Amino acid sequence: MELELQLRKRQGAFSLTVDLTVSGERLGLFGPSGSGKSSLAGLLAGLSRPDDGRIILDGRTLFDAEKRIDLPPERRRIALVFQQHALFPHLNVRQNLLYGHRRCPAAQRRIELEEVADVLGLTPLLAQQPAKLSGGERQRVALGRAVLASPRLLIMDEPLSALDDDLRHRIIPYLRLVSERFTIPFLFISHSLLEMRLMTERVAVLEKGELRAVVSPEELARQRMGQQPAGYINLLQVGPPRQTQGLLAFPWAGGELLLSDATLPEAGTVELSSKEIILCRRHPEAISARNLLPCTVRHLFDAGRKTGVELDCNGATLIAEIVPDAAHELAITPGSTIWAAIKASAFRRL
Amino acid sequence: MTIAPTDIQAMQLSVKVGAVATLAALPLGFYAAWLLVFGRFRGKLLLELLFNLPLILPPVVVGYLLLLLVGVEGPLGRLLGMAGIRIIFTWKAAVLASLVVGFPLLVRSIRLAMEGIDPQLLQAGRSLGAGPLDLTLTVILPLSRRGILAGSSLFFARSLGEFGATIIVAGSIPGVTQTLPLAIYDYASSPDGEGTALLLCLVSVVLSVAVLLLHETVLQRGKAA
Repeated sequence: MELELQLRKRQGAFSLTVDLTVSGERLGLFGPSGSGKSSLAGLLAGLSRPDDGRIILDGRTLFDAEKRIDLPPERRRIALVFQQHALFPHLNVRQNLLYGHRRCPAAQRRIELEEVADVLGLTPLLAQQPAKLSGGERQRVALGRAVLASPRLLIMDEPLSALDDDLRHRIIPYLRLVSERFTIPFLFISHSLLEMRLMTERVAVLEKGELRAVVSPEELARQRMGQQPAGYINLLQVGPPRQTQGLLAFPWAGGELLLSDATLPEAGTVELSSKEIILCRRHPEAISARNLLPCTVRHLFDAGRKTGVELDCNGATLIAEIVPDAAHELAITPGSTIWAAIKASAFRRL
Repeated sequence: MTIAPTDIQAMQLSVKVGAVATLAALPLGFYAAWLLVFGRFRGKLLLELLFNLPLILPPVVVGYLLLLLVGVEGPLGRLLGMAGIRIIFTWKAAVLASLVVGFPLLVRSIRLAMEGIDPQLLQAGRSLGAGPLDLTLTVILPLSRRGILAGSSLFFARSLGEFGATIIVAGSIPGVTQTLPLAIYDYASSPDGEGTALLLCLVSVVLSVAVLLLHETVLQRGKAA
């Protein structure tokens, strides 16, 4: 997908100015609340009209103020998934799913109900009314409904924000699966760095109605590390664990990680905040932390009031954060070897 | 106390006028409410005032203005006369009077329902490929259902009681344009009609209470859903 935007829009005291050309199948739009993310989504989908500029999606002009082109939303084929599912309360799940499907021109219709219902696990729910569904189920129906419209672009506007932490991590695989399986490019809108990293490959950063940067989610997460209460979240891919003295030992980077979190005793992703890693210059003889990993410092980077340390841990990457004083005191420089101490309780299974 | 055939006709006529007026007013009322809620045009406030005018004007004034409009010499009346249609002093005039006087109640009720629809549902519908008309029929109409039902019953009840405008444009011809309230008025002003007047009042009360009950049931169910 290639998206070319040149937009200006004033709404009272707020003004949005975006000049952006990006290509990719998994795009992100990141910014704090009130930065204009949802306004931008509305402009893209044709739900509101820019004051000036143009929108070109894959070579097709959706809006052009000069040429007086303004396709109505129903002809843009941009589907939306909202924070609040926005399911039609008077239609059952099947009718909701088919709403966009029936209205998609037959020549462009390429996704069928059975397949989507199967992928999203909705087959047993087809005859239900939305009011009877749980939050996660509703969001899956909303996602399926958008996908079944065979859109050229899927905009997901904070689709996970209304869900609790646990549910959020269970929906993410569905989001990814659906876009990959049905090859629908998407624009994922969120204020969560972690969601950006899990979902997108390029991120446009919006602040106070202005486009600040277009970066990879990884770069963004490192730049913002110092401002995030949770620090930088390391996402570690671990193998199937074995039981050991009340802990789980997950294979990782040629060694093992000891975790006390036993919620999911299988291979997958483990979350670790950069704040939970303690760096020691020498091997601490006696320490309560169950994980002691020998690492090499790859490089240091500035992250606001903190210093980010990129560690090479037997080929795998770990990001830790320390205060600048500590970096100086411990003489942490690129190439130096160091021990990373992590408590078994610091990890969280995703 | 006797019940004349014209009294039965008055009851039947009241119900008929109410039913026809309700059916005729529904599509108009829906469109008017749609315009007020979703329309974007200049003069919206003016239109709103116009729709609500019959609510605050004395029905007699509404009736007199209608008489000027559709009377034999009125601009609309002359036009209809050329087509061979006469409205004035027929039961159709009673329908027209009921329609105009009850219209604000209907519009108000449908409008409230429409305003209660989550705008995101409408945005979702549009982005899923529904044009404005499609969206109106498949999302707005079904989601305003309760407002339409509640508004219709209120409108019907109002039209059962219509007096002031009706007596001016339809007159009070027994068996032709005399509805229940007009018949009661007649009996009440004749020396030996007291008993019949009271009986017809009772019929009127029963009819209105039945309609009001229906109205409340619709509202209650709306709250539960």
